[in-house]
Amino acid sequence: MAVAAAQEQAVPRAEPIVPVRGLVPVGAIIAALVGAIGADWTWGLDFFHVVGGGMWTALDLFMGFIIGPIMRSLPPPARVELTKKLMPKMLLIMPTLVTMTLGAGFQLARHNGMLNTAYNLHGWVVASMIVVAIMAIVALALLQPANIAVLFELRRPQPRPEVVQGLMRRFIYAAAVTGAMQVATLVIMTRLAS
Amino acid sequence: MKPRVTELGMLSIGLVAAGVIYLAAYLPKHAPLAPAVVLLALAAAALAGNFLSLTRQPGFAWWRFRQVAGWMVLVYLVVAGMLEFTFVYDHTRGSVLAVMTLLLGVFTLNVPLLSGWTVARFEN
Repeated sequence: MAVAAAQEQAVPRAEPIVPVRGLVPVGAIIAALVGAIGADWTWGLDFFHVVGGGMWTALDLFMGFIIGPIMRSLPPPARVELTKKLMPKMLLIMPTLVTMTLGAGFQLARHNGMLNTAYNLHGWVVASMIVVAIMAIVALALLQPANIAVLFELRRPQPRPEVVQGLMRRFIYAAAVTGAMQVATLVIMTRLAS
Repeated sequence: MKPRVTELGMLSIGLVAAGVIYLAAYLPKHAPLAPAVVLLALAAAALAGNFLSLTRQPGFAWWRFRQVAGWMVLVYLVVAGMLEFTFVYDHTRGSVLAVMTLLLGVFTLNVPLLSGWTVARFEN
């Protein structure tokens, strides 16, 4: 029994893919968002949309154009270490920001009559939906799967650097594409708010 | 032949997005449903084709696929539930709600498929 216990201690337990403690604030944010939608709370919807949208845009641009080039300049072991620390957090932060922004944004547009075809800038609203759709396709088909695959690879006793680097390259390029699309979103949103 | 799972998945999600944008662009009026139904059928066909191409993949790590896709289905059921709540809350009813729900269903299956595939393909 003592041998079994010693063996158990010698084998490091794999970290969970998702940082479990982080689920608590995520759950609280989603619950508050549902509450704001259900109560038609305009200030709350504004808050979620502006804060979520601002952070989503900043994070996409930061990942694509700041972290990406930095990561490319690091030696492979340093890239793996940075990836290990960064990616579990991104797995929770990004979907939460996207849900906040889009959920609150759609309700705000409905409240303000912007979804109505009679609205004089309705074409801009539809254009924003198209931009969001492109970002969603890139995020859900490329960015998020790469994020999860990297985390699984890093749980291996010997992560393969070429796999980690390939997936991280895909993640950073996808973030750069969504970052560039965010600039289009900024143009549309400022036009709608003017 | 290497299956084009990611590409087909992107196509399927793109068709779903086109269907939802088409319906939303007409709000609060009811859009003619035929184009949305065509987009839904194409998206579902791309999703089915994707599953079929995976079943023909020799040595595919199905255990890992099931592990990842299973949890992702759970996550996206929550997301889909929230979106469905928004549709109903916004008084979407009848055939428009039915098409929106089916589009949401195709979306909800696509995301776990893509994540499960991306992780499982690096397993071996």
